[in-house]
Amino acid sequence: MISIMDVYQLLPKTNCKKCGFPTCMAFAVELLGKRKAIEDCPPLVEEPKYEKKLAGLRELMAPLLSTEATETGMVIHPERCYGCGNCVVACPVNVASDPKGTAIGRGPVSGKAILMVEDGVVKCVNVDQCRRFGPEKVLCNACIVTCPSKAIEFI
Amino acid sequence: MCDDIEAEFEGGKVKRTMNLCRKGRAHYDSLSIDRLTPAVGGSEVRGEEAVTAAGELLAGAECPLLLGFGRSTLEAQKLGIELAKKLGSVIDDPTSRQGLIMERILKGEVPTCTFDDVRNYADVSIYWGDDPSSSHPRHLSRFSYFPRGEKRQRGYEEDREAIVIDVRRSPTATIAADGFFQVSPGGDAAFAEALLAALGGKIPKVEDKKRMLNLATKLRKAKFGAIFTGPGLADAQDGDLGWFFSLVARLNEFTRFSVIPSLPDYNTRGLHQSLFDVAGAVSPVSFEDGIASGPKFGVTGLLESFDAVLVVGSDPVANLPAPLARKLARIPMVAVGTHRNLTTDAASVTVPTAMAGLEAGGSALRSDGVRVDLEAQVKSDRPTDLQIVEMLMEVV
Repeated sequence: MISIMDVYQLLPKTNCKKCGFPTCMAFAVELLGKRKAIEDCPPLVEEPKYEKKLAGLRELMAPLLSTEATETGMVIHPERCYGCGNCVVACPVNVASDPKGTAIGRGPVSGKAILMVEDGVVKCVNVDQCRRFGPEKVLCNACIVTCPSKAIEFI
Repeated sequence: MCDDIEAEFEGGKVKRTMNLCRKGRAHYDSLSIDRLTPAVGGSEVRGEEAVTAAGELLAGAECPLLLGFGRSTLEAQKLGIELAKKLGSVIDDPTSRQGLIMERILKGEVPTCTFDDVRNYADVSIYWGDDPSSSHPRHLSRFSYFPRGEKRQRGYEEDREAIVIDVRRSPTATIAADGFFQVSPGGDAAFAEALLAALGGKIPKVEDKKRMLNLATKLRKAKFGAIFTGPGLADAQDGDLGWFFSLVARLNEFTRFSVIPSLPDYNTRGLHQSLFDVAGAVSPVSFEDGIASGPKFGVTGLLESFDAVLVVGSDPVANLPAPLARKLARIPMVAVGTHRNLTTDAASVTVPTAMAGLEAGGSALRSDGVRVDLEAQVKSDRPTDLQIVEMLMEVV
């Protein structure tokens, strides 16, 4: 998971306010929340002395901005997953929306599940139902802690 | 165990599956991969010729051995036992090492329950020498730890406790986190002794006394316990499991602790049950001179005296220790199975069969003893295990 401090360390740290925010830390929060882009920090892009920082920041943010991650930042590594379905059954949203399916250990039957096992590997659907979705997100980690092979991560 | 599978087939191949783990998916994919072909002495023949050759080889033997049957339907297993009786041979399943525990369960000396009971009532699940996360990936999510049940509505964080006793930090142990107790290889009995002492209120003779006392308190306060045993437990202390049975008996003085062995094949329990019904004991069973059983009759004890082997749906050459496997590979062998493996490569006669549950129907016993009826999903021209054993009965 990308830490806010890691992002901050790669910003100019001058609090120049050119991005429209009072501090570089505030800009880091916006950057991590995907509400601002790296290019919205003019000094970082224009001044040659920040070249290294810019490259570092682009590398750090790459997984978050890639299409591989869902809108909640969930990345599934299918090569590590063995389809045990622990995350499907442990996910609190799955349990609440699917009392006759995932809540009692079966596969999802209600069509509202976030996680399901397809072709032997876990798959994320209905992302908007996830507790980590949207501005009011809750940092739930039920699917990560129950995974024996570390196949799910949030970035 | 997985009773909620959805699969789409196209042209005899599987196209899409839901709720199947990677192992299950591979099993479905194997419908069209590396299937066995009928052969005698390495050259391909017609199916009937292979069965006739197999029957002749078995009928001509003085002391044949029947191996496997863990991946056969109940019907085929029952007929297989009849075949063993007719041949006066020994029947054994070397892949299942939990015969002793199973025998006690079938005799009613060790309490057991179904997986649904575990899901509905169990608040403590103990995995001893067992790593279901690797061997039975859906074990924890379908029944034993994560799902909610009748009396376990609040989920695994509050309502359930997983305890893993193993020699290494297995994937199951990673999930159990604080509930993992590492024992040294062969140290299971000493661990059980320390736990017994702690249960009796004495100070256990282990390094971390506090942790052991906490575990004992947890077990004493449990409302319904389940113990899942794996090959790690069955093989500990060279198969002498008296210490385990006394621990289970002691735990049952506090509350009900049920034992369910994690078995390797889908119908190993069926074979144990069928043999128990006939012989009053589980494998190995000898029909050579009346009915007798005991480890000395099995593949590990008597291998040199057998002059023909019939392997049904199993791969003993790959599973047995190398010296035994080498000896086994030298004996004239008939291999009946679905796929090519080391045993079929070493066999002089191979007979292909249909995959039960996919190409053929039948019934099986889950490892908790619940009967499951299997149905054919795709058409196949391969005969079933049952038909092959029927044909062998006729030839013999």
